[in-house]
Amino acid sequence: MNIDLAINTDLARKILTGFLKTEINRAGFTRAVINLSGGLDSAVSCALAVEALGAENVLALRLPYRLSSPDSLEHAQWVIDQFKVRSETIEITEMVDPLIERDPKISEGRRGNIMARERMIVLYDRTEAFKGLAVGTSNKTEILLGYSTLWGDMASAMNPIGDLYKTQVRQLARALNIPQPIIDKPPSADLWEGQTDESELGFTYEEVDKLLYLLVDERYTHQDCLDAGFDEAFIHKVVGCVQRSQFKRMMPPIAKLSNRTVGYDFIYLRDWGT
Amino acid sequence: MQLSLALAQIATHLGDMKANLDKHLDFIKQAKARKADLIVFPELSLTGYALQDIVAGVAHRPVDDDPIFKPLLKASQDLDLVVGFVDEDSRHRFYIASAYLSGGRVLHVHHKVYLPTYALFDEGRFFARGDSVRAFDTRFGRVGMLICEDFWHVSAPYLLWLDGADLFLFSSASPGRGLNEHDKLESAHWVENVNQSYSNFFTSFVAHSNRIGYEDGLNFWGGATVYDPNGDRIAHGPYFEEALTVATLDLNQVRRTRARLPLLRDERTALVQSELNRILSK
Repeated sequence: MNIDLAINTDLARKILTGFLKTEINRAGFTRAVINLSGGLDSAVSCALAVEALGAENVLALRLPYRLSSPDSLEHAQWVIDQFKVRSETIEITEMVDPLIERDPKISEGRRGNIMARERMIVLYDRTEAFKGLAVGTSNKTEILLGYSTLWGDMASAMNPIGDLYKTQVRQLARALNIPQPIIDKPPSADLWEGQTDESELGFTYEEVDKLLYLLVDERYTHQDCLDAGFDEAFIHKVVGCVQRSQFKRMMPPIAKLSNRTVGYDFIYLRDWGT
Repeated sequence: MQLSLALAQIATHLGDMKANLDKHLDFIKQAKARKADLIVFPELSLTGYALQDIVAGVAHRPVDDDPIFKPLLKASQDLDLVVGFVDEDSRHRFYIASAYLSGGRVLHVHHKVYLPTYALFDEGRFFARGDSVRAFDTRFGRVGMLICEDFWHVSAPYLLWLDGADLFLFSSASPGRGLNEHDKLESAHWVENVNQSYSNFFTSFVAHSNRIGYEDGLNFWGGATVYDPNGDRIAHGPYFEEALTVATLDLNQVRRTRARLPLLRDERTALVQSELNRILSK
């Protein structure tokens, strides 16, 4: 079965830059701040923000930890240089190590979460100082799989790429002239040495994007996916990830007591009044 | 007879009627400068689209002493207007509505009869359904107005056609969706197909005014169109940009097309009625 995730990148660019400019302006801002990891997603978000707001209005942050790959830092610098955005480099080691060192048995996952959340703290602090809004860098694949840290790398004021699968972000990256090595390298959260998304997940983005597209966008049933040639265990695993991570895609439920409760029957868009 | 028809694809402020009114007056001024006879604004053009709990706060009656309608009725002395708003009836039901204003008077108000309440849409939660589909007379002949989801139900324009409409004025706030490899979103592709089909089926002019801009993560794609009674597109606004698209409609084309293609003459309304009676009595 041919599952085509090709997107018209000109159209995507037009909609997404319009989205960033309009929604940032409506919130009363003209500037954006982005955590630039050295990877594909944040490079694309950064390029879109530059196209929407102008380079002088975009602040890119490089927030390395002592064990971060030097390549990540360098690749982030390529993006900063190419798009001529403002930048700051703030090492988070001193901020996170005291917490990490309190527990000698701390898992890699916990360490990763601490780092992701520290980067969120720095990001939001710099938005105050720069008078900008935090632009998100999560793609649709990781949002659906829950492959991200709640209140960490998921935190942003708005996200231009959250409805594009990873393989679609890659198409957009080519159109935006993101440096080729950033497009080609194996995606990684770079939370520990040698980590790659695909080895940790146990499947490739190429495979999972197609399955997610059928399940989510095309509303295929489990049986439809089997008929389309996907492996039973793979479908089971992916559906499990999506279902178990629903909490990450929602605000925390508020226990209802009154006649009108935030989240249930107090319903307004963020753009209310603008 | 010629009609200079202006389609105003605007971005709106969500719940800020003063700002939206100012934009209407500005576009009316531009349309007047371009010698338009009639200007059509999109669905909920005076309020914004995803109103949710704002609805009751932005409801207005299209009457002379209403602060929003007063300047619009005055402007309609110069050219006819179709505006989108939230109408509140005397029993405090709220409707998605389009008003046709001409010569300082309200000629017709249409209440949206089909409220999409599925997928990204939640209109049925916040609005009452209209319960009539009626054509009405204007100085340009008999007109039928529908709002967005209304024209996804073929019965609505069909009724207007039988009720005498030769000019269909459709307004939408159509959220853009369906990005693939083509240079047009699927939502734009679907709507344009439907509009063109009606112009063919009903050998009539079909004009569509759709908003642009964003509301939170939703985009609206604009792309105003006018199809003539032969199904040819005679005007097309840009996608995603604010624009006033002005088309000249040669209203005599209706006669020429129907002389060639007498679909209206041959329409078997009694057959439709008897079969509908049979189907509905089951």
